[in-house]
Amino acid sequence: MTPPIIETRGLSRTFKSKAGPVEAVKDLTMEVHEGELVAFLGPNGAGKSTSLRMLTTLLTPTSGEATVAGCDIRRDATGVRQRIGYVGQGNGGGHYHRVRDELVNQGRAYGQDGTLAKQRADALLEVFELTEQAGRNVMTLSGGQKRRMDVALGLMHQPPLLFLDEPSTGLDPQSRANLWEHIQRLRHDTGMTIVLTTHYLEEADSMAERVMVVDHGRLIADGTSEGLKEQLAGDLITITARTAAEAGLAATAGQGITGAHDVTVEGVTVRLRVDRGPVVLPEYLRALDAQGLPAQAAEVRRPTLDDVFLALTGRSLREGAPTAESAESSGPSAPVEVEVA
Amino acid sequence: MSAMTAARDTRVVLWRELLPTLHEPWGLFFTMIQPVIFLSLFGPLIADVPTVPGEDSVWQWFVPGILVMLVLFSTSMTGFGMLMEMQTGSHERLMVTPMSRSAQIVGRSLSQVAPLFAQAVIIVLVMIPFGFNLYPIGALAGLVLLCLLGVGLGALSFALALVVRGQDWIFWTVQQTVVFPLTVLSGVFLPVEGGPGWMQAAAKVNPVTHIVEAERLLFSGEFGDTAVLIGSLAALGFAALGLWIGTSVIRKAAD
Ligand SMILES: Nc1ncnc2c1ncn2[C@@H]1O[C@H](COP(=O)(O)OP(=O)(O)O)[C@@H](O)[C@H]1O
Ligand SMILES: [Mg+2]
Repeated sequence: MTPPIIETRGLSRTFKSKAGPVEAVKDLTMEVHEGELVAFLGPNGAGKSTSLRMLTTLLTPTSGEATVAGCDIRRDATGVRQRIGYVGQGNGGGHYHRVRDELVNQGRAYGQDGTLAKQRADALLEVFELTEQAGRNVMTLSGGQKRRMDVALGLMHQPPLLFLDEPSTGLDPQSRANLWEHIQRLRHDTGMTIVLTTHYLEEADSMAERVMVVDHGRLIADGTSEGLKEQLAGDLITITARTAAEAGLAATAGQGITGAHDVTVEGVTVRLRVDRGPVVLPEYLRALDAQGLPAQAAEVRRPTLDDVFLALTGRSLREGAPTAESAESSGPSAPVEVEVA
Repeated sequence: MSAMTAARDTRVVLWRELLPTLHEPWGLFFTMIQPVIFLSLFGPLIADVPTVPGEDSVWQWFVPGILVMLVLFSTSMTGFGMLMEMQTGSHERLMVTPMSRSAQIVGRSLSQVAPLFAQAVIIVLVMIPFGFNLYPIGALAGLVLLCLLGVGLGALSFALALVVRGQDWIFWTVQQTVVFPLTVLSGVFLPVEGGPGWMQAAAKVNPVTHIVEAERLLFSGEFGDTAVLIGSLAALGFAALGLWIGTSVIRKAAD
């Protein structure tokens, strides 16, 4: 196997602030291999951007080591910069500059001559459907167009490794889908390695092949989306009983199922998590019938990454979701490793 | 890193900075409005001030000072553009490219030269029909001094933008606090000789005073005076000190 394209050991960064030191990233140790599409998933402030900014040489780590594209981030920052593309959280194009000019400038910044830079710029404008906007000031672009331009800027020098910080944040669902189409086509065509951050669960779930869940600066789980769900969350079975009293009895019966966990009762509703929901549900229903507690409605839901996050932290990742009373902020100290299927 | 790459990177940054102005050269006129207003309102007023030395015409004394004022105002504000780019993300994008950090300051600072030169030439040409005498060689030397001052102040303004970390108000407070005293105490509007003793003392230590003095001599075609030498050294000093501070700040600025 080729050596990893990214390798970090104990990478950490602490910021000084008026309120005291902020440990933005704690002890990040991980590897990314060539061709992978990895997403850092975590709430705002989890340390995603700080991790990316260290890997892209924008920030010096407080401690720890990292090699990116074969170069040490401390000792050979220029080497790293030559080999990576980076699309930050903001917009890369200068507001008063024209779209095509900025792409050409970017190519020149990576040492391309004028002719090559113009060729690349025109090709990328075409790919990202920005040809019509080529002569306009960046300021006049829509949010989706700006974001596509940002990705185009990151690709001017055809890097083998691309970092994207919240590429789709702030976009409407249509622009987001459109951006993703572009990114996936690109990946299909070039086989480049992509490391991105997101706080959208659905995005990490549907797009990334590997998800690294981060919270409070720590990597708390790392694996395929399916693997994480299976190992950490389990299927959710929901039963509606006739009365609250019967619901209580049904919950007790549920606790008896092997592997069942997180059994809760809320009014007439019973919820529990099991490993193989579709198999367990019929058994459970038959057992309830036998006890004279017939269910009024039943449902199995496959877990989401939010369930994974909830299982790990006791909090939901959904925006505006209420946080659990006893929000345990420190997850397991070592990241949960899940075998890549 | 080789000097050639550094020179190349500087050219790339310089060209990027110039592009918006090249596309919209009319924007330059807006920054010229202020000096032109000062010229047309102050000129007639100071013509009768006895301490204003106006052998040829009052313009010979007044125009060079106003050119220095134009440089002080416009280049000291230029860091704000960088501050905006730090907020939108394009500065960060450039910092991840392999271009040398110093090139980003030197290129940006040098980009002040072309627009300043153009503006100064226009002002001089406009003033000729009003009695301003053109001494071409002297004027050219004067323009070079103006550009040196502009490069230095521009670099300092970029350095300020980098250290205020996105806090616009600190940038503006520092800029105003520095530029207004420098301008007023350099005798661009009125001769400081007419002021109280403390003001004359302050003007003496203000390097801009010496640049203004040198400009007045150069624009009147006089090279021989030691004041020209002192003013030239002051302008060179601005450029050297500004670039040194600017490049040191950007090398450490990433964190
Ligand atoms: N330059 C900085 N100075 C001080 N604190 C910072 C700085 N950058 C980030 N932080 C803090 O570090 C933590 C992680 O931030 P960040 O990496 O931006 O999170 P994310 O990208 O996951 O939203 C946050 O608490 C944030 O406030
Ligand atoms: Mg972020």
